[in-house]
Amino acid sequence: MELLIALAIGVLFTVGVYLVLSKSLLRILLGTTLITHGVHLLLLTMAGLKTGAAPLLGEKADSYVDPLPQALILTSIVISFGVSAFFIVLAYRAYRSAGMDDVEGSKGERQ
Amino acid sequence: MNNLLVMPLLIPALTAVILIFLKEQIGLQRIISAVSVFLNIAVAATIVYQVKTDGIQTLHMGGWLPPYGIVFVADMFAALLVLVTAIVGAACLFFSFASIGEERERFYYYTFFHFLLTGVFGSFLTGDLFNLFVCFEVLLVASYSMIVLGGTRVQLRETLKYILVNVISSALFVAAIAYLYAATGTLNMAHLAMRVAEAGQGGIMNVIAVLLLLVFSLKAGLLLFFWLPDSYSAPPLAVRALFGALLTKVGLYAITRTFTLIFVHDPGMTHSLMGWMAGATMILGAIGALAYNDLSRIFNYNIVISVGFIAFGISVLTEDSLNGVVFYLMHDMIAKALLFFLGGMILAASGTEQLKQMGGLIRKYPWTGWMFFILTLALVGVPPLSGFAGKVMMVRSGFGEMHVALALIALASSFVVLYSLIKVFQEVFWGGERNDEAIHPQRYKAMMAPAAVLFVLVILMGIGAETVNDYVLQAGAVLADPAQYINAVLMKE
Repeated sequence: MELLIALAIGVLFTVGVYLVLSKSLLRILLGTTLITHGVHLLLLTMAGLKTGAAPLLGEKADSYVDPLPQALILTSIVISFGVSAFFIVLAYRAYRSAGMDDVEGSKGERQ
Repeated sequence: MNNLLVMPLLIPALTAVILIFLKEQIGLQRIISAVSVFLNIAVAATIVYQVKTDGIQTLHMGGWLPPYGIVFVADMFAALLVLVTAIVGAACLFFSFASIGEERERFYYYTFFHFLLTGVFGSFLTGDLFNLFVCFEVLLVASYSMIVLGGTRVQLRETLKYILVNVISSALFVAAIAYLYAATGTLNMAHLAMRVAEAGQGGIMNVIAVLLLLVFSLKAGLLLFFWLPDSYSAPPLAVRALFGALLTKVGLYAITRTFTLIFVHDPGMTHSLMGWMAGATMILGAIGALAYNDLSRIFNYNIVISVGFIAFGISVLTEDSLNGVVFYLMHDMIAKALLFFLGGMILAASGTEQLKQMGGLIRKYPWTGWMFFILTLALVGVPPLSGFAGKVMMVRSGFGEMHVALALIALASSFVVLYSLIKVFQEVFWGGERNDEAIHPQRYKAMMAPAAVLFVLVILMGIGAETVNDYVLQAGAVLADPAQYINAVLMKE
């Protein structure tokens, strides 16, 4: 299971980096979201997958899954959700007001 | 347990929320903001006093004892930085009153301002690595909005770049946290320090340490400062002062904390890498400061030079140099804010950023001119002023620890600071008068007041260096001996 997730993380990072390196703003934006998703999966995997029952006392199991990474991921997802939303609005605004859907096209006109 | 530690977060956060509901009442917004920043200063001063008399203060959120809960820690280093941040924040607020303009005020400028302060205070006070990430994000989201507020083409472009850099570095930060949790099973900084010391700082730990160094360097502008000069030129000067004084320093604080507390067992690897990054930063910053002829770029490259200088102090890692780091950080936060205030007055008086088109301002604005001159001396480190003590401690221990090349670069960078700022002084204040834009005297006074307060602080910190040093020594002692911090947080005797 860990191996599978590790491969998935690798693919997410590769695609994300490839997209971030492109010119179009929309692709860059998608790239950053993919990279953050990869990071979230990494965070989940790091405590080990399926090592016990759900971390609820009612389960009455011998061992429980470590709940901390899940709390961390929730926080991190909320943050990346907010930042992505801001990023998208900003990209849209840049596209509408200045015609910048292309990072190259935003050059020139220094001040 | 000391519940006061949560106040520096609570006050600005609540103020920001209240201000959202007062969108159109700008006068009321200003009054509430002013009250809030003075409360910040009072609380911060109380915390410094408590740390001075009773030692390191901790707050365990919800009564969860470490290593399980979220913990807030104020050692002297954090407490002093919180106090200086509160003071600089107050000065920036009053400078904003005079310079930011009604349009921005109506679009939640003060809300973002207080959220930024929340993030900065939180980063200084938290004792938990994941919390540090959260506080970083709070201040970053506020800073995105503050850069783009106004929505000109340049601002949009620079914000997009700034967000991209920070989103990537935040992702790497979370990845580093994930690895660290896998390797040690904890994220409480004191507990981490203990676990790393027990397990030894081997290959994996060094990889994590370098990853964290990279992340914090991106935020602090240490070596990876390619985004800084442009992004910091986009917003208005009150915002630039706030960013230049506070944001890079948060990154430096994080570097100091992690590399004096957690990753101190293999300085040959991590700290020498940091040292060379610092050297390269000072050299590249110096090239930038000499190359440009417009005001904001010279100032921004001066920020870069001082970041390199402080990182050099951290990399030397002796008690003397860490004292120097604490002293110089405090000095630099105040002095950089003042530098941007004076820059704002110069811009308002001349209406241009290009040095070649300015001149003769000393006749109309003698006070601005001489304050700029004395501030230059303080930034270079001329003895009776505030930059001297910290600089001397860092360079002295640099020579003592045989980091001669770096210490020489550090000294040379001071000359570059002197040259670049004196060049500004000459071009702006001497020569024939070329400007025809006059600042309204009322507005000039309003801009002058916060600048004057910071100016007095620069002088007092220099003359009263003995008194300040009492506090600095206590801060440096904790940094040099992590056991004190660990024992206080984990409540061991």
